[in-house]
Amino acid sequence: MNGPHDLGGQMGFGPVAPEPNEPVFHAEWEKRALGITLSCGAFGAWSIDESRHARENIAPADYLAASYYEIWTRGLEMLLERHGFATDEELRSGHSLQQGSVPKRVLKADMVAGALAKGGPCDRPVDAAPLFAVGDWVRTKNINPTGHTRLPRYARAKTGVVEAVQGSFVFPDDNAHGKGENPQWIYTVVFGAPEIWGEGADSALTVSIDAWESYLERV
Amino acid sequence: MDDHDDHHHHDPDNHYSDMQARVKALETLLTEKGLIDPAAIDVIVETYETKVGPRNGAQVVAKAWSDPEFAEWLKRDATAAIASLGFTGRQGEHMRAVFNTPETHNLIVCTLCSCYPWSVLGLPPVWYKAPAYRSRAVIDPRGVLAEFGLTLPEEKKIRVWDSTAELRYLVIPERPVGTEGMNETALADLVSRDAMIGTAIARAPEEAI
Repeated sequence: MNGPHDLGGQMGFGPVAPEPNEPVFHAEWEKRALGITLSCGAFGAWSIDESRHARENIAPADYLAASYYEIWTRGLEMLLERHGFATDEELRSGHSLQQGSVPKRVLKADMVAGALAKGGPCDRPVDAAPLFAVGDWVRTKNINPTGHTRLPRYARAKTGVVEAVQGSFVFPDDNAHGKGENPQWIYTVVFGAPEIWGEGADSALTVSIDAWESYLERV
Repeated sequence: MDDHDDHHHHDPDNHYSDMQARVKALETLLTEKGLIDPAAIDVIVETYETKVGPRNGAQVVAKAWSDPEFAEWLKRDATAAIASLGFTGRQGEHMRAVFNTPETHNLIVCTLCSCYPWSVLGLPPVWYKAPAYRSRAVIDPRGVLAEFGLTLPEEKKIRVWDSTAELRYLVIPERPVGTEGMNETALADLVSRDAMIGTAIARAPEEAI
């Protein structure tokens, strides 16, 4: 979706602000927000794609005003409600008022190291051979879906070259909406800056994205 | 969409306190329901505060500089090469290493969210997740680099990698001159977290921390 998260090429956000001696966390609640989000991810009720989509559905003014872990928290509250783990009333009160959904697993302290080391690999085999090969010129489709997509706006309807075939992976546009993993080939596609940014672009700049096969058409 | 802010004390000057209350409520609720284990959260936090961080990545870079066979493996299959050093797992499931050269400088961004190689660099810094970096890294990387104090010659090519899938990128900076004979431990001290994102280059030996 064309949500507030799709920031590539937008202007007006000011300079980057590196911090001297930056802390890992800026407040205690950020630590808890991280831990709660990862713990709830372990329920097995939603995918990383669905959780990204929940975050990009935050209203634009809220999204852009929110810090990173606030975005996570708002997204998580949406997912907990959607999947029946907590009601709006419970989220407001901070207390359990009724029995909700039962997760596949609850992450206990002694399970954390194993869960983090395992991660969530999302490469999946596909039967079909890749449609494109290294060196092929391709054009990204001009799509503006209302659902989740990982094709950024700045890279739509642009012509680039396939630099690598990266393997086959879960397709987020489907998986975010419970339509299955439907894996596809992924290609690293490189664009010259003038193709993306037009007149006045830095000719020594190239930008690449990792594009699922259905985002691409042959030139 | 529900706006929970309607139900919380909301003071723009007290943003963090507002979130503190909101997250505390969430943790209390989920603990009462038996859905989370607060001790598990402590372990997650401790892991990313003390165990998983940029020094993992610096070891990968130092080994790549010291061992040509490892560097080749890293180019061919970064996931396996990095896993051989014990760095695996969440947000590092699928790794790709990109090598700076005298001609080309690499820079990593995630314009759509904040994808980042946790297994080798830990949790991302605030600026990496913020709109200023995510918006400008793809359209004005030279300007962004200058804000980090890195001014590249105009003829130097810049290659920006937008992490739009589950591949996580690690920049292998160029090995600084005058480092012949240094061992991997000393070399790793020259590699900052920013150098592995591409917002810096490796330190010269006289700048070692």
